[in-house]
Amino acid sequence: MNAWLPVLTLATSLVTALLIFGTPESARRMRTAINLVGAMAKIGLVLVMLVGVAAGELYETRLALAPGLDLVLRVDALCLLFLTLSALLWLLTTIYAISYFGEGPNQARFFGFFSLCVAATTGVALSGTLVTFFIFYEFLTLSTWPLVAHKGDDASIAAGRQYLAYTLCGSAVLLVGMVWLEALAGPVDFSQPGELIAIDTRTLQAVFLLLVAGLGVKAALIPLHGWLPAAMVAPAPVSALLHAVAVVKAGAFGIIRVIYDVYGFTLVQAIGVGIPLAALAAATIFWGSLRALYQTDIKRRLAYSTVSQISYIVLGTALAGSAATVGGLAHLVHQGLMKITLFFCAGALAERMNVTRVNQLDGTGRAMPLTMFAFSIAAVGMVGIPPVAGFVSKWQLGLGALQAGQLWVIIVLGLSSLLNAAYFLPLVYRAWFKPAVVVRLPGGEGPSMLILPAVATAALALLVGLFAGLPFSPLRWAQLIVERNYGL
Amino acid sequence: VVGELTLVIALPLVAALLALPLRKFAPWFMAGVGPASLWLAWETARSAPATHAIGGWEAPLGIALRADGLAAAFVGLGAIVATSVGLYAIRYFGADQRAAAAFWPLFFALWGAINTVFLSHDLFNLYVALELVTLPAVAMVALEGRTIVLVAAVRYLLFALFGSLAFLLGTALLYSAYGTLDIGLLRGEIRPDPATWVAAALMTVGLLAKTALFPFSAWLPSAHSGAPAPASALLSALVVKASFYILFRFWFDALPALATPLFLNLLGLLGSAAVIYGAAMAMRQSRLKLVVAYSTVAQLGYLFLVFPLLGGLDTAPAVVAAAWSGTVFHGLAHGLAKAAMFLAAGTMIVSAGGDRIANMAGLGKSVPVASFAFGLAAVSLMGLPPSGGFLAKYLLLKASFASGQWWWGAVLVAGGLLTAIYLFRPLNQLMRTRDAAALPLARVHWSLQAAPLALALAAVALGLASSEPYRLIHSASPIAAELEPR
Repeated sequence: MNAWLPVLTLATSLVTALLIFGTPESARRMRTAINLVGAMAKIGLVLVMLVGVAAGELYETRLALAPGLDLVLRVDALCLLFLTLSALLWLLTTIYAISYFGEGPNQARFFGFFSLCVAATTGVALSGTLVTFFIFYEFLTLSTWPLVAHKGDDASIAAGRQYLAYTLCGSAVLLVGMVWLEALAGPVDFSQPGELIAIDTRTLQAVFLLLVAGLGVKAALIPLHGWLPAAMVAPAPVSALLHAVAVVKAGAFGIIRVIYDVYGFTLVQAIGVGIPLAALAAATIFWGSLRALYQTDIKRRLAYSTVSQISYIVLGTALAGSAATVGGLAHLVHQGLMKITLFFCAGALAERMNVTRVNQLDGTGRAMPLTMFAFSIAAVGMVGIPPVAGFVSKWQLGLGALQAGQLWVIIVLGLSSLLNAAYFLPLVYRAWFKPAVVVRLPGGEGPSMLILPAVATAALALLVGLFAGLPFSPLRWAQLIVERNYGL
Repeated sequence: VVGELTLVIALPLVAALLALPLRKFAPWFMAGVGPASLWLAWETARSAPATHAIGGWEAPLGIALRADGLAAAFVGLGAIVATSVGLYAIRYFGADQRAAAAFWPLFFALWGAINTVFLSHDLFNLYVALELVTLPAVAMVALEGRTIVLVAAVRYLLFALFGSLAFLLGTALLYSAYGTLDIGLLRGEIRPDPATWVAAALMTVGLLAKTALFPFSAWLPSAHSGAPAPASALLSALVVKASFYILFRFWFDALPALATPLFLNLLGLLGSAAVIYGAAMAMRQSRLKLVVAYSTVAQLGYLFLVFPLLGGLDTAPAVVAAAWSGTVFHGLAHGLAKAAMFLAAGTMIVSAGGDRIANMAGLGKSVPVASFAFGLAAVSLMGLPPSGGFLAKYLLLKASFASGQWWWGAVLVAGGLLTAIYLFRPLNQLMRTRDAAALPLARVHWSLQAAPLALALAAVALGLASSEPYRLIHSASPIAAELEPR
């Protein structure tokens, strides 16, 4: 049974995708049913494995591709952190997307690739070896492209092209780094640190650079972040998925794996690449926030905010102390919850009120109170105001910086929080305190399937912050990962 | 197995003859030829390789047929590609009685000839088989009879004849020097003397011309893009592979002792040049089938990287295993993916009524399955996972790093990115919404969409269920024997 659970988890999304590709365009109800059944089944499986892993179980599936080349799916604590997030947000995003697209064209194609994208993300989380990781990482690149280009107009096609140009170059670099490492050290399995000590420092540094540069494209580290704001032309559910769960998270997750499960943090410190990476992450945090300040389009502002926020994860990981790592890992979940809320809200605003620019937000709290309430919670959380989840991440990162003796990180965190406040709070202010143009919308705020997912994720962002001390909270789970796997 | 060896050659040739009088029933003959070929691959995978001496005459006097793992894998590839192409052709030619009448005899003749190439173990026999491949292949190019395709066919014929002549000349030289043409016997006796060198050079150049390795590739784009879609698929997936297969066997089974670094690197350089040239030309084409045809020029280049990677006799076993298997996987994966892509392109052209890429917007909606197949095939050609193309690229890349020749790896990676650039041009069009003012897209028969999808899925499956094919190609190959722990 333990060998089947990872495969089944992957299959929930993969089979859903194949079934949906087979549905006729008009069969909306059938598609909705398949989508929801798949997403629910996945959550069920993930819950079973959460309980199992907490009790010390291990789930693993192995498929030999060629001698010495295995496709390994393995459920460990770190995997589940990402997997739970993606399973939960898949369900909510699907509900949202069903309402968002309504009767629009090409839905079988959209939801098919949407499920494929989630399947790829699941695979990334489940990967037990570097090659497996690469396979799903690339699968993710490819399955996301039709979503970015979904609208089929010139702007979408151009954004799709730019997305591919960045990500395919990134994966080429990643591939070179991976094969180089494997040529020296044999197949890389995440559960057993390889014999890397024998390799000389220069080579290790070069391979590390290649791996992180390849992953950094998706994680949107500067100067590799250009595709992310451009991909904003995609439909709102796609942006939500891209920013909160799928693409950028896969990059950040990969960097975590490289630092902790490929090199091991002691080796990363020994060859002196940890602090430079932390510095790059800090620069990205700062630059993303600064750029966000100048965006007048809401979605673009959110996109630059993602550039900045994802680097908190990288920063925590690169500092490599226990507290910093816990902060980075917890932020993987926290940022996902908050950012998806913001994108859900932005999509609902555009859909219901045609609001896409910052200066159109005035008084929108009147017509769409639930949406703007959720938006405000998430925005406040992003700034790092307690008790929302973002505060917990930043607190942990601050502690980690002290622990690692890198005081400059605290300054970066403080500056970035100020910038966060500067670009998020005006939006909240406008929504609630500026005079409204539209006070009431015909038909109320909107269909509940469009509005409630954002409320749910906002509530979750609040709850995981409030109850960060309880078992199975992201923070506690991150501590479990760190204690169990890295003995920090 | 011995019976099947002759069967997979005899059956298609008989079918070719019968297809002339019994044109209406010709497609049904596939039901005999396809399973027989697959059965051979299956049997070889399970048991020891088979050798069959025709008429009971053993080499060096007689002619031997031999099915080792490599041969069986390519016979299997031929069976999958040819069956899919045949099922596609039934509806593709549809009402065009004249083209259909000519297609089926050529189709079976080509199939039989290709099986002969894969199973022959004797250089003269291989020469005959190559000629048997060339004639139906050239005729297929000319099938539609327009002036432009006739010119392409004649150019193809000239290159092919030059190749055959060079090959024959080399064969004669070898025979006078060694008194045998059996590949297995030559392996033990080969001496690095001038006569052998001249013979090897002649045969290599002849085969390069037939494989369309840059700079001998001038004939390929017009021939492969001018042929009707089913024929293009066969030509790109199988015919050019046949001559490469001979070259591959010739050098690594018969003449490994002869390989010098200069010669090996020269072939690697030509292969790299083909990767760059083919991709650069593919980017500049405005017609879909020309893009796919130039892609073949580029993809064939990868195959030649095996020469410097595999090297001479003293290469490390791990490198040999990766380079050799990677190349065979590339040959198989490209065969499946390129056949899928040509068939999908054919379907898209039928639907759009023309093959200008600019006019293809909206095809994703009118022929979604064929578009998906085109995309999957593109994934394999770009060498992205999960696909056979990826596994091939991974193995070759590993060989290049493990042997310290990272520059060949750079060619592989750059080639993958270039492939993405030229293939995403048509793929972008598939995603695009069609102008209301543009010509409406036609509906097509479902089999025109299913056949490319089946082939594309096979290309992907080759990368996922790869452990069995991997074992098959290693069964009884001299290279694999060298890898056994000593």
